[in-house]
Parts: sequence; structure tokens; C-alpha cells
Amino acid sequence: MAWARNVLRVNLTEGTCKNEPLNMDWAQKYLGQRGLATKYLVEETDPRVDPLSPDNKMIMTTGPLTGTCASTAGRYSVVTKGALTGAIACSNSGGFFGNEMKNAGYDMIIFEGRAPNPVYLLVENDNVQLIDASEFWGKSVWDTEEGIKAKHQDPLIRVASIGVAGEAGVKFACVVNDMHRAAGRSGVGTVMGSKNLKAVAIRGTLGVSVEDVGSFMQATAEGKQTLADNAVTGQGLPAYGTQVLMNVINEVGALPTRNHRDVQFEGAKNISAEAMAEPRADGKPNLVTNAACFGCTIACGRVSTVERSHYTVAERPEYQIASGGLEYEAAWALGAATGVDDLDALTFANFICNEQGIDPISFGATVGAAMELYEEGVIGDAETGGIECKFGSAKALTDLAELTGKGEGFGAEIGLGSKRLCEKYGKPELSMSVKGQEFPAYDSRGIQGMGLAYATANRGACHLRAYTVSSEILGVPEKTDPHVTEGKAGLVKAFQDATSAVDSSGLCVFTTFAWSLDDIAPQINAACEGDWTAEKLLEVGERVWNLERQYNCAAGFTGKDDNLPARLLKDAAKTGPAEGLTNGLDQMLPEYYEVRGWTDEGVPSNETVERLAL
Amino acid sequence: MQKSLHIDPDKCTGCLQCELACSHVNEGVFNPAKSRIKVFNFHDQGRMVPYTCTQCDEAWCMQACPVDAITLDAETGAKVVSDALCVGCKVCTIACPFGTVNYNASTGKVIKCDLCGGDPECAKACPTAAITYVDANWTGLDRMRQWAAKTDAGAQAEA
Repeated sequence: MAWARNVLRVNLTEGTCKNEPLNMDWAQKYLGQRGLATKYLVEETDPRVDPLSPDNKMIMTTGPLTGTCASTAGRYSVVTKGALTGAIACSNSGGFFGNEMKNAGYDMIIFEGRAPNPVYLLVENDNVQLIDASEFWGKSVWDTEEGIKAKHQDPLIRVASIGVAGEAGVKFACVVNDMHRAAGRSGVGTVMGSKNLKAVAIRGTLGVSVEDVGSFMQATAEGKQTLADNAVTGQGLPAYGTQVLMNVINEVGALPTRNHRDVQFEGAKNISAEAMAEPRADGKPNLVTNAACFGCTIACGRVSTVERSHYTVAERPEYQIASGGLEYEAAWALGAATGVDDLDALTFANFICNEQGIDPISFGATVGAAMELYEEGVIGDAETGGIECKFGSAKALTDLAELTGKGEGFGAEIGLGSKRLCEKYGKPELSMSVKGQEFPAYDSRGIQGMGLAYATANRGACHLRAYTVSSEILGVPEKTDPHVTEGKAGLVKAFQDATSAVDSSGLCVFTTFAWSLDDIAPQINAACEGDWTAEKLLEVGERVWNLERQYNCAAGFTGKDDNLPARLLKDAAKTGPAEGLTNGLDQMLPEYYEVRGWTDEGVPSNETVERLAL
Repeated sequence: MQKSLHIDPDKCTGCLQCELACSHVNEGVFNPAKSRIKVFNFHDQGRMVPYTCTQCDEAWCMQACPVDAITLDAETGAKVVSDALCVGCKVCTIACPFGTVNYNASTGKVIKCDLCGGDPECAKACPTAAITYVDANWTGLDRMRQWAAKTDAGAQAEA
């Protein structure tokens, strides 16, 4: 019930596909998805493995609620050792792929080894086969998805695939499902490419059932009502999407601009949700509609078009379509981080990121770093292949999106990510990253807690591991002062633990604008066997967090890697409400280790390991 | 008063809660593959469109059925498949001009919308009111109201 209790193990080297029962003892301790797949990865691989070696494994995983009618219950994650970071990677995606996998009867699919030649996996319930993918290798995500559906004459197949970027070894390649939903960060698509696995195509018709259906229908109905009644999940996100944040974060002086040189972007309003809704020259707005992932009653997703006369698409009718984006993180990275405020250029660059499977956050942020290298004279036209890589250049952004999507020209260097790029040119301090992963869209000088959240996020800089923006800016669940460091250690820990539990359930973390674990526990408890209380979920979350931390420690990361670039620690914010502030990480980190029950070096102590039964 | 399902695709977000509710009430599991209502996603246009049986008055499926397994529920107007009588010949699936009667290989019977006996779960589950269950004689009421609101009423509009 809820869990399919079934794992599909695919050995790409041998070309074998085998079923095995899900370890239900582990399911009781790690719930599912992020937590449970991490447990499998920890048990089955050496954390020191090269992420791109056949000895690394890649796990596609659902949660127990995935595929049920709970709101947002369509999530799946890709868990592996990240190509960008060398740390534990867990990238979560919506769309409709996760529920299809569950409906086919699988909690997870574990990919091992490396196929001798490109293949894709076709799953039709218990009919599973690896199929030669040579006709799709070199094709985009969009062409691959359409091609597989056409080949098998089944438009209901759901596909998760990599684009050319994942094949070419771009370090921040994604796994993209349903055309524009992505397991986006840390280079999980790069790992998939290294395994010669082009796509996973699934058709599931078995259905998903739950333990106590009466209680489940009641608990999920109450949950949906709570989401509908909440200002963020019931109004803000459906109307404006995550882009509701662009002007808000700019106004509080926490919108990292031009590679974090500034904290406010003068062009923010031109790339905001409000701008997306304004009619353009052609009389239509950029935004076509909002769209939901499977089972989601919030529907924050954006579907947009590029204006037809825009230089990016005027001669290319294939891009004169509606597709996914812009979401806030992408709009920030493609826009503010590069100083570009051309909404159509951003929308186009985002299309390319989806089409070729690259993470728009790491891509945009790396372009921002390259622009600083260019303006500093560290690199020139010889390195960029003639691209005038200046802050604010829409043409540079869109050209680099296309080149990076294919791993060609200077795009191959952008595809290294900002850390490797800046190190290559002797300017490591210009990479705005933690553990090799670029920051998302919040400047930690103006939102202090996010500095600690970034520094300690197990997959490298990430907003989705502890979204203290919720408390520090939006006042959810309660308002804290974004400019102080006091209390942030406990706040970050609380967010990290709760989020780990949500990410292990099959639900979307965006529900937590309205739901606490007290709202989520009854839904899980009704669906799953066992006694699932909010307290137990929090314990699972803390256990998952510590398991990930142990993996990273074993992989060679230490407390020294819980750090921020000097720019954020030494160069004060120049404008806005946070003017004069740097991030006070050193005031938060020791306390964080203490509340975590870790040693001064940031290693989970023996007592903590014992307490959490790790 | 007879009611009918009314679908406003403009309001649909493509979340599939209707398919989940339909499969839950009819099959006892969450399984969009067995839903009687289907949401189509026209990706390149950014349009999501739910579609299901319109309950034709002169129902072609009912007339085509060789064993009279499809009958009229006089109270709701629904054309209802009797699992006891259906022999799975699929003639109704060919007869239906709209494709809304489909074969279910796991039972060997056909499935179609039966309006849940007059209380359709899809409409209740829809979070955006894209699917509603309204007076069958006034399915155009909302659209009429929208146009009426745009009508210049002269003195009234200026008041």
C-alpha cells in the first residue's frame, strides 16, 4: 500500500533488468524518495567513487504518496553522486513521470554500470526492456520525447531523458521529463549521460492504492482546502508563479546581480511576473497560462511564448510555441545574474535549457561569472569564440545557451560550471558557489539565514534544502529578521529536517507555505502502514539529513567546505535595506554544528549517529 | 432537473485530480489509465482540455450495443454500461463519434462516464471549477453572463 514494494534494478553493463522487493525496514526509517534512495546509494556504492564512473549508481525514485490524489503527489527524484559537485545529489522533479513510474508498479529504478552503446529503458508495467537508442543519441530532450512516443505509437508514454548536454558531459546537465520539468541540479543528467542512458520511457496502468482509503480521502481533502485558503498557495503562486518573488526579493535588496557584485537589479521589473502578464508589441502577454504538475492543486507552473518578431525566434518557427517557464530561479539566473533584462531573451534561453537539458540556475550563474572574467580582461574574444560576453548582453546569453546545450565552443567551458571555469582562468574567487554548485536567487547578505543554508546544504548551494526565505522575508511560519544571525542555526536545522521529510514523501515542498508536518502526517499516516506522526516525520528528516552528511564526509568533504565565497563574507551589500551588511556565517556555523549534534569539524557525533539509529 | 457536466478548458491547469477521482470511485485505486475523463495537454499551445462523454440523447453507443448492455439512467440522463451484460465486443467504442467509450482490458468490459449516479466525482475534485455539474438546459449560462457583462447598457453603464 502506497509503496509499490518493488524495485527495478537495471544493470546497464550487463543489459539486465530485475525486480526485487523494496526493503520495508528501510522504508519505515527513511520513508521513500530522497531518504530511501539515499539509503540505497549509501549501502551500495563507495562515496569516493568518480561520479561519472560505471561504479556510481543513479536511482530514480518515488515517494509513498506519489501517484495518489494528495495535492502535489506526483514527485520523483534522481539520487546519485553529483557530477557538478562530487557530493550527494538529489534532484526533485514534478510533471507526470513520477506517477507513471508508480503506476507501472515501481518505487524506484536503480541504474548500475554503463551501457556499451546508447540505450533507453522502456517500461510498460512488468514488461521492461533496454532498447538501442542510437536513433535518439544526439537529439534534444524534445525530439527524444516525441520520437519515443511516435516510435511506440503511444502518446500516453511518459519520458524522462537527457539532451545533448548530458551526452556531451556538461557538468550541470539535467534529466528532463514532460518537455519542461527537470530533475535539475547537481549534474544528475551528466551522470545519466555517462551511463549511455538516453531516456527512461514509462507507461503504467496498474494503479496506486493506500492503506486506509477513507481516512486518506478525508486527510487529503482537508489538505487541499488548506492550500486553497492560503494566500501564497491559493492566490500568489497560481496567479504569478514563483516569479511573484522577483520584485519582492529585489526590494529587500537580496537579488544577486551581475555575479553577486550587486544585490539589486535595475531591470528586475522587466523580467518579473508582472512583466510576464503585460501585453507585448504583438498584443499578447509572455504568459499563456499557469499549469499544474500531477495532482497539484496549486498550479504554480508557467507556460509562455517568445514574441514572434524577437531576434531569437523570428527565423525559427519551431520556437514560436508555448512551453515551460519562466520560473523565478531561472528568470533570476538568466536575467539578474547576467544583468540581462530582455524578457524574451530569457524565455528563449529557458526554452533551450529545457530542450537540451541544462540547469538554468548553474548555467545563468556561470555565464554571470564568465561575464565578470570577460569584463575584468581575464578572458577575451579568443576564449569566447568572438562572443562579446558583457554583462547585460542578451545576445551573449542566448548564444551561450545554444552552445552550452550542445557542449560546443565556449559553451563547453561554460558547461564546466563556474567553479572549474574560474579556477581554469586563475580566478577561483569569482565562482559564486558552494561545494561547486552555483547559488540560486537569494543574496545571503540580505537574508542571513540563507548563507548558513547554502553553506551547509548537502548538495551544494541550494534554496530547496532550507528555504528560510519563507520565514525571513515572507513570514511563514513566523517572521524572523533577515538581517540578524541570531536564531538562524536552529531555524536552518528545522527547515532542513522538515524539508528532508517532505522530499521523502512524494509531495512538493511548495505545499509547506501552507502545510506544516501536522498537515502532512495524517495524509502519510492514512496512506502508509506504520504510525506516522509529525514527530516521526521530523525524526526521519533529521536522519536523512545526517545520512547525506555522512555520505559527503566519506566522499571527502569537511567542515571547511561549509563556506561561502569571500565576496559574500567581505564585500558589503552596496544598496537597499541590507546596505553595509556581509553574511555572518562565522556567527552561525558553530552554533549550527552544536544544534545538529556534530563535532567542531562538522561530523555527526557518535551520540547523534546512535540517537538517529543510522 | 437534469444536470450535465460542463467543461471550461480555460480554467484547467492539467492537474489530473479529475482522473484521480474518477479512477478512485470507479476502480478503487488511483489510476489515470482507467479514468472515464481524460485531460489532454496541447503542449505547444499551452492548452489543457478535459474531455469525457457528453451523454448524447440519441446515444450511438447505446444503439450499437448488440446485447443492450448500455441503458439510459432516466434520472441523470447518463448512458450506463452494465458489466453483467457487456460482452466486450467493442462495437460501442467504434460507434461513439467522440471516442469517449473505451475498452478496459483488465476486465474485458467497456468503460464510460456514468455521471457517478448524479454526483460526479470529477467535478467535485476539480480545484479550479473547470469541470462543473450544472443545469443541463443552461450550460451556456456562464458564457452568456460574460457577454452580457460586456454589453453597453447605455445609461446604466454611465451611472
